[in-house]
Amino acid sequence: MSPTDETRGPAPSGAASQGRPVLSVRNLAKAFGSNVVLRDIDLDVRRGNVVALIGPSGSGKTTVLRSLNGLETPDAGTVTFAGTRTSGGPGPDLALDFSAKVSKKEISDLRDRSAMVFQHYNLFPHMTVLQNVIEGPVQVQKRKRAEAVADAEKLLARVGLADKRDAYPFELSGGQQQRVGIVRALALKPQLLLFDEPTSALDPELVGDVLGVIQELADEGWTMVIVTHELAFARQVADEVIFMDGGLVVERGPAAEVLRAPRQERTRQFVRRLLHEF
Amino acid sequence: MPLNWDLIWSSFGPIVTGAVTGTIPLTLASFVIGLALALLVALMRLSRNVAVSGVARFYVSVIRGTPLLVQLFVIFYGLPSLGVKLDPWPSAIIAFSLNVGGYAAEVIRAAILSVPKGQWEAGHTIGMSRSQSLRRIILPQAARVSVPPLSNTFISLVKDTSLASLILVTELFRNAQQIAAFSQEFMVLYLEAALVYWVICLALSSGQSVLERRLDRYVAH
Repeated sequence: MSPTDETRGPAPSGAASQGRPVLSVRNLAKAFGSNVVLRDIDLDVRRGNVVALIGPSGSGKTTVLRSLNGLETPDAGTVTFAGTRTSGGPGPDLALDFSAKVSKKEISDLRDRSAMVFQHYNLFPHMTVLQNVIEGPVQVQKRKRAEAVADAEKLLARVGLADKRDAYPFELSGGQQQRVGIVRALALKPQLLLFDEPTSALDPELVGDVLGVIQELADEGWTMVIVTHELAFARQVADEVIFMDGGLVVERGPAAEVLRAPRQERTRQFVRRLLHEF
Repeated sequence: MPLNWDLIWSSFGPIVTGAVTGTIPLTLASFVIGLALALLVALMRLSRNVAVSGVARFYVSVIRGTPLLVQLFVIFYGLPSLGVKLDPWPSAIIAFSLNVGGYAAEVIRAAILSVPKGQWEAGHTIGMSRSQSLRRIILPQAARVSVPPLSNTFISLVKDTSLASLILVTELFRNAQQIAAFSQEFMVLYLEAALVYWVICLALSSGQSVLERRLDRYVAH
């Protein structure tokens, strides 16, 4: 299971937005008891594109994101990832139909396609920064340790944390921890990066560093879905913005359109209220 | 009351020998087996399968709800009537292991539950299965939390092994009892026994501090 598939990692320059989507979601639905959190969510993400999910708390955007990584199990709907993970180019799709019973193997295959960056970082406190980053590649993907370490060091240097290699998470600031969280996800070379409000837990002065890293990854061609409250950032980084409310997609479109000239009243109210806070 | 110094000195030998050949190996064997059992029972209690968690719950309830002395007697004096004859040592190890298993299971279960849910999710997002996350992410963190309460269990066990004297295991307290009965110096012998238990427990407490400091190296102070 070495992550050598050409559809993993960032898209080569010029290849972005080409062809069919890396990820297709159709009719995703979920309820906790009588509380419906997702209704008929559709989502397409093309290679190298960035999709921002915005909306008020409880709108279901985080549930969509977590469903993509197998951290929530939807009641119905399909999730399809293009390509295969074995080496040698494109292969059969991974298609999960949540209306039927989904096996452990399918969930595990689903998780292999994407990697999540959490709001509260969720670094492993008993491991050093380096150990956090190589844990997945070495223990799960069975890559050679030396190779994983070399990759990890490169990635850590990229986010300005080369000197923190042997530090424990508690010794780092929130912004540094989140950058390690991002590197941990990158080290898996996923097809898709998932960000769950990556800056919501940070002190305001540390937000910029983390957003800067995410912007660089977007420029580099990584395919990403980002749940965020940073509308200015979403406008800058996202190819598509999806506004959700009450478990529904209310409005979707190019970032500039949805955020500058929303068509729906609910979107207008949300954008106005959030921009007022700044 | 004149102190019989000769007796005091000469009786230390058998008492310490009892500690080294009886109390300490009995404690170590029972604790190691009991801990393995406890981990299994804790995981069973956390299982979503009602039958599996029910069995574990029943076991813990029985162990915690009955006296250790009664458990020892059931195994050593009771089982022979069912045709199961066990020597003193195996009886004692089985009884103490089962006892530790019941108490430590609750400690380990609580420690596992104390690790934030986000740690499981982080394990899953890097592709780990449930058992892999448990082994590499959750248990190392749970271990740190459970050292103080498990040390208590361990120290209690050292003292509880004195009950094995009642099923004829030659250990610290049984040696003291025998010399006391022979010499009629009860106060002196039982105080000696108490002193040796205390010294063992002091050593264990300092061992606990060292272990805690080692395991705390990755948390903020």
